[in-house]
Amino acid sequence: MGKKLLIHNDKVPGIDTLEVYRAHGGYASVEKALKTMKPDQVTDEVKKSGLRGRGGAGFPTGLKWSFLAKPEGVPRYLVCNADESEPGTFKDRYLMEKIPHALIEGMITSSYALGAKRSYIYIRGEYFYVARILEQAIAEAYAAGWLGQNILGTDFSHDCYVQVGAGAYICGEETALLESLEGKRGNPRIKPPFPAVAGLWGCPTVVNNVETIAAVCPIVNMGGEEYAKIGVGKSTGTKLISASGHINKPGVYEIELGVPVEEFIYSEEYCGGIRNGKKMKAVVAGGSSVPILPTELILKTAKGEPRLMSYESLGDGGFLTGTMLGSGGFIVMDEDTSIVKNLFTFTRFYHHESCGQCSPCREGTGWMEKILKKFLDGTANESDVDLLWDIQSKIEGKTICPLGEAAAWPVAAAIRHFKDEFLEIARKKKFVDVSHYNRLNLAKV
Amino acid sequence: MGAQVHGTQEYNKSKRAGIKFNEDAMKIVQKLISNYPEGKHKSALIPILHVAQAEFGGWLSAETMDYVASILKIQPIEVFEVASFYSMFNLKPVGKCVLDVCQTSSCWLSGAEDIVKYIEKKLNIKVGETTKDGMFTLKVAECLGSCGTAPMMQCGASFHEKLTYDKVDSILDKYKAEGKQRNYTDLDYKNTL
Ligand SMILES: Cc1cc2nc3c(=O)[nH]c(=O)nc-3n(C[C@H](O)[C@H](O)[C@H](O)COP(=O)(O)O)c2cc1C
Ligand code: SF4
Ligand code: FES
Repeated sequence: MGKKLLIHNDKVPGIDTLEVYRAHGGYASVEKALKTMKPDQVTDEVKKSGLRGRGGAGFPTGLKWSFLAKPEGVPRYLVCNADESEPGTFKDRYLMEKIPHALIEGMITSSYALGAKRSYIYIRGEYFYVARILEQAIAEAYAAGWLGQNILGTDFSHDCYVQVGAGAYICGEETALLESLEGKRGNPRIKPPFPAVAGLWGCPTVVNNVETIAAVCPIVNMGGEEYAKIGVGKSTGTKLISASGHINKPGVYEIELGVPVEEFIYSEEYCGGIRNGKKMKAVVAGGSSVPILPTELILKTAKGEPRLMSYESLGDGGFLTGTMLGSGGFIVMDEDTSIVKNLFTFTRFYHHESCGQCSPCREGTGWMEKILKKFLDGTANESDVDLLWDIQSKIEGKTICPLGEAAAWPVAAAIRHFKDEFLEIARKKKFVDVSHYNRLNLAKV
Repeated sequence: MGAQVHGTQEYNKSKRAGIKFNEDAMKIVQKLISNYPEGKHKSALIPILHVAQAEFGGWLSAETMDYVASILKIQPIEVFEVASFYSMFNLKPVGKCVLDVCQTSSCWLSGAEDIVKYIEKKLNIKVGETTKDGMFTLKVAECLGSCGTAPMMQCGASFHEKLTYDKVDSILDKYKAEGKQRNYTDLDYKNTL
């Protein structure tokens, strides 16, 4: 069993209440930070821990915090990104629903480090019931004095609020999130300025993922150096993985970074192997945006080394033979899955979610969806594969925000590793969805 | 006035007069506004639109949007810009229960297409349509964060996961028997079957 730091208590009855959470050591990081540490010392511990953003990009959290501008007399904000909309990702929902105080505790400790008197948790609107769970936890924290004026008798005062979104993947992009939090359309901003300088209402702001903020608690409790000993190399600590698709045991797993991919997929501790006794065909390892890899390349790198669940190992080989850890949305597909059709669902998603500000993204995602539809209709030509490749290559690097790339990468990777599948449909002028007939029997309960 | 900016919707001044939050809803709205610093009250727009949608029939009419604009003292166009951007806001009337069936990868891998077809047949409507009795609107949605418990659909605040045909039957029967409007802001999510 690997170490667990975030959801080790998820099965404890009543862990969503302050009383039980506290009885299991909750809010210790607030006590330790406020009573024995200066704000900069907290940031130093986070730096030492090597913690990297868990929202997808993997940017070092301590470094991000140190960029926060601190002009006199201007408020600073911490904003928690709980928009969680990357297909295949549902770990933040699990954490917030089961152990809401883990996030609230992290918000307080992190805000102390940043000198933020106010913080917001921006949560996707569909998770309305989770927002209510968080609000309940916040009310309990106020009543017990963990939030509000002069927390623990110190000069530190803090208010934390929840804001719901209303259904827009793009609001997970941090500047779009800030626009949405200001009551506007979720159009990403042109950077610079970065949120660290001009974020919420033009004030210096740090935006961090739910899991990143929750991880600050164990880091403060155990110390950054101890935390850094967990994991492998520069992938320190633990990571929540959302596992879904054709596996026996879908769900949220906390892993120590560095677990071999093969163990993660096949061991009983985690996914429990491929369901219905099928063989595995491919994996999308880090949410819909990251390149899909065929079985050979997800289990072993191009050099033949076992692939590990870490930022470096999954990234080994670049996009030619590797992928990314991303948000930890781990989607497994069995041998009957049509890669073309799966790609269609992704591309339709990006087309639907493009905010429309940049032509390459707005138009490109629509074209790609249309062409992929031709494959499903059996009307595509072989040259359409080249056309798809051409379109995706013209989106990357030419847009305001990375949604453009997120839409282009899955297309590129599917063609790179499964070109024959596209060509076969184009040659036969026929698409047969074999997986359709092999799915879990929906007629049975 | 607001009439032109709402595009295709006809604006009815007499209807506008009938749109007003009741006391309880107004309290929630005031609380939402107080979540933001002085002068930043526009930030409360999205949460207030959720309340308005739930209170005024499950969708946002031009009159409702104008009313929300008047509360926040912002231009009607600012409300429309936002309402038209986010997928959870309905700009046309919908059934009492809007079924959002996820169709993205993990759900598709677990049979979401068959669930959509099953509901279409059962309710005798196509995606995007509303049943004649005004009870159900069928929609498809993109990943709703239930990929590990696929296939799934959301109705109001409730997540219905690991769907089978039987489960769909009992959910729809129950909703029909109850006959009430279900909103994203409802709290009976624990009723999930
Ligand atoms: C299109 C798009 C969608 C994103 N969605 C999310 C999201 O749902 N949750 C999240 O935490 N980060 C998301 N991100 C990443 C955020 O922009 C940002 O990097 C992150 O919140 C930073 O937090 P972290 O450093 O703790 O990971 C998204 C980025 C893009 C470009
Ligand atoms: S890349 Fe797409 S989503 Fe991002 S700003 Fe441009 S149009 Fe909007
Ligand atoms: S893919 Fe359907 S909930 Fe995520």
